[in-house]
Amino acid sequence: MKIAVCIKQVVTRDSLLRVDDTERWVRDVDAGFEMNEPDAYALEEALRLKEQSGGEVIVCSAGPTRVSQVLREALARGADRAIHLESDSLAVADSLTLAQALAAALRTEEPDLILTGLQSDDQGFGQTGVVLAELLGISHSTIIMEVKLDLNGKGEIRVKRELEGGWFQWVTMATPALLTIQSGINQLRYATLKGIMAAKKKEIRKVVTDSSVESTQAISRIYVPEKEKKTRFIKGTPSQAAEELVRVLRDEARVV
Amino acid sequence: MILVIAEQSEGVLNNATWEVVAAAQEVAQGNEDLVKVAVVGSSVGLVGEELASARVAEVLVVDDPSLEPYSADGFVDAVTQLIDAESPEIIFFSHSYQTRDFAPRVATRHHRCLVTDCVGLKVDHEAIVLSRPMFQGKFLADIPMLGSAPNFASFQIGARRADSVVRGESRSPIRRVEVSIDKSMIRQRPEVPFRETKQAVDLTQAERIVAVGRGIKGEEHLPIVQELARLLDAEIASSRPICDAGWLPMDRQVGSSGQTVAPRLYLALGISGAIQHLVGMKGARTIVAINKDRDAPIYEVADYGIVGDLFELVPALISVLGE
Repeated sequence: MKIAVCIKQVVTRDSLLRVDDTERWVRDVDAGFEMNEPDAYALEEALRLKEQSGGEVIVCSAGPTRVSQVLREALARGADRAIHLESDSLAVADSLTLAQALAAALRTEEPDLILTGLQSDDQGFGQTGVVLAELLGISHSTIIMEVKLDLNGKGEIRVKRELEGGWFQWVTMATPALLTIQSGINQLRYATLKGIMAAKKKEIRKVVTDSSVESTQAISRIYVPEKEKKTRFIKGTPSQAAEELVRVLRDEARVV
Repeated sequence: MILVIAEQSEGVLNNATWEVVAAAQEVAQGNEDLVKVAVVGSSVGLVGEELASARVAEVLVVDDPSLEPYSADGFVDAVTQLIDAESPEIIFFSHSYQTRDFAPRVATRHHRCLVTDCVGLKVDHEAIVLSRPMFQGKFLADIPMLGSAPNFASFQIGARRADSVVRGESRSPIRRVEVSIDKSMIRQRPEVPFRETKQAVDLTQAERIVAVGRGIKGEEHLPIVQELARLLDAEIASSRPICDAGWLPMDRQVGSSGQTVAPRLYLALGISGAIQHLVGMKGARTIVAINKDRDAPIYEVADYGIVGDLFELVPALISVLGE
C-alpha cells in the first residue's frame, strides 16, 4: 500500500509570539519550528499501517527551506521518501491554495491512502485534507481514531470517526481515500539513531510550485483577543498567592 | 441572500443552529427577508416547522431518504445542489464535526475557502468581517468577506447567543427543495454511532472540577493534582492532550470532543485554553487559571488568575487547604 502523509511545519507550541509589522502574521524569525502535532499522529499511523501491510510511506510538506527539517525528521522516524513543495508563500497560504499545490504534487503519485492531521496548530482551519480529497476526486473521512485495512480483500478500509460528546462511528469505504487523523489515535515514536542515519540517504525531492494561484481568502489583521472577563490576577509568593486564592474562593466566590 | 445550513440528528435540531441564524440575521441588519434556513436530511419536516419560528424569508427543506444516515458524499451533493438552485451570496454553518466533514468540499466546488471556526462577526457599511482564533487561540484573525459570491463561513459554538434570534409574529413560509442524489455515488458506508464504553464519570454534574493540561508535563505529577482535588471535594478533569497521552482516561476530558461542564468552580492548571477546551468549560460559574504564560487564552475566561509555576502553587494550595 502506498501512503502519503501531508505534514505542516508550525512554530513551536511554547513560543512566545508577537504580531509582526504587517499585522497579518506572527514574528517568526526568532521562533522555533516543529512538526504540527496532529500531523505527527498521521505520520505515526501511516508507519503502523505500512508495518502491517507493507508498501511505502511518502511525506509531503509545503513551505520555505526550513521545512526540510520536518521532512528529515519524518524520514528518520521511518518514512521512505519526501516531497518538498518549496515556496515561502505556501507556509502562510489559505487552505485552498495549499491544497491545490499538494494535489498537483500527489496526483502523479496516485497513493492508496492520504493521511493528514485534523488541523494545524497555526491557522487551524481544519480543512486542508478535505479540500485536497475534493481536488483529487477521492473519498474521505475526518477526525479518525482507528484505521483497519482491507478487511475483505476488496481494498476497502474501515475507519472509526470521532463524533462529538464521546460518540464514535465506523465508516467503510474504498481506496483511494483521504483520512484526517485525530490526535491521540496512537502513541508517537521517536526517531532512533539508526533512523536518523538512514534518513540521510533518503530522497527529499524538491518541487517548485506555481505560485500564481490567486488566493480567495486573506487575513486583514491578527491581534491579541480582548478578554471576555476581567481576570483578577493574584500576586505574591506561591504561599501568599495560594492563601489569597483560597480566601477569595471561600469569602467572595463562595465556591469552596 | 444569506443561507444558514441547519444541523439535525434523527429529527432533533442542534441548538447551535439558532446561534448561526442569529449571526445571519445580524448580517442582514434588520432585513430578515435576506435570510433563509435550510434543513438537510431524511424525514426532517418537523425540524423545518421548528425553524419556521424564526423571522426569515423562507425555511427550505431538503428531504431525501439517501441522506440518512449522514454521509460526506451525500451531504456534499445535496448542499451543492441546494446552493446552485438558490444562489445565496453567503452560506453559514455551525462549526460542528459534521460541518468539518462535508462543508469544505462544498466550498471547494465553488472555488472558495470555507472560513472555519469563526467566533466574531462585524458588519459595517458594506463590509462583513469574520474573526477566528489562530495559533491555539493566542491570537484572533480578521478575515473580510472578499471576492465573488458565494462566501462560506462556519461559527464556533457560543459565537452568538441562540436566544438573540429574531422570531416572527407568524410562522415563516416553508418550501421543499428537490435534489436528486444517486445513492450509488455515495462512497462512505456509515454504521450506527456508538459510545466507546459506558461513561464512568459524569463531569456535567460535578460541583467543582480541577482540570489539568499540558503544563503538568508528566503522568508522575498527577498525584499532587489528585490531592488538591480531594481537598476541594472536586472531580479531576483534563484537556485533550492529557487523555491522548493516556495519563487520564478519555471520560475525564472536557471540551468539544469530551464533556461540556458548568460547575460552580473550575480550576484550570497548566491549561493554555485552546478554543476546543474553552467551549467545554466557559459556562462554569467561577473559573480560576494557574498558568505560567500570562498571555495564555485561558485568562480570557478566567475570573481569577495566578501567573506562575503550578509545581509551586499546587503544593502551596494543598498546604493552605490542609490546615
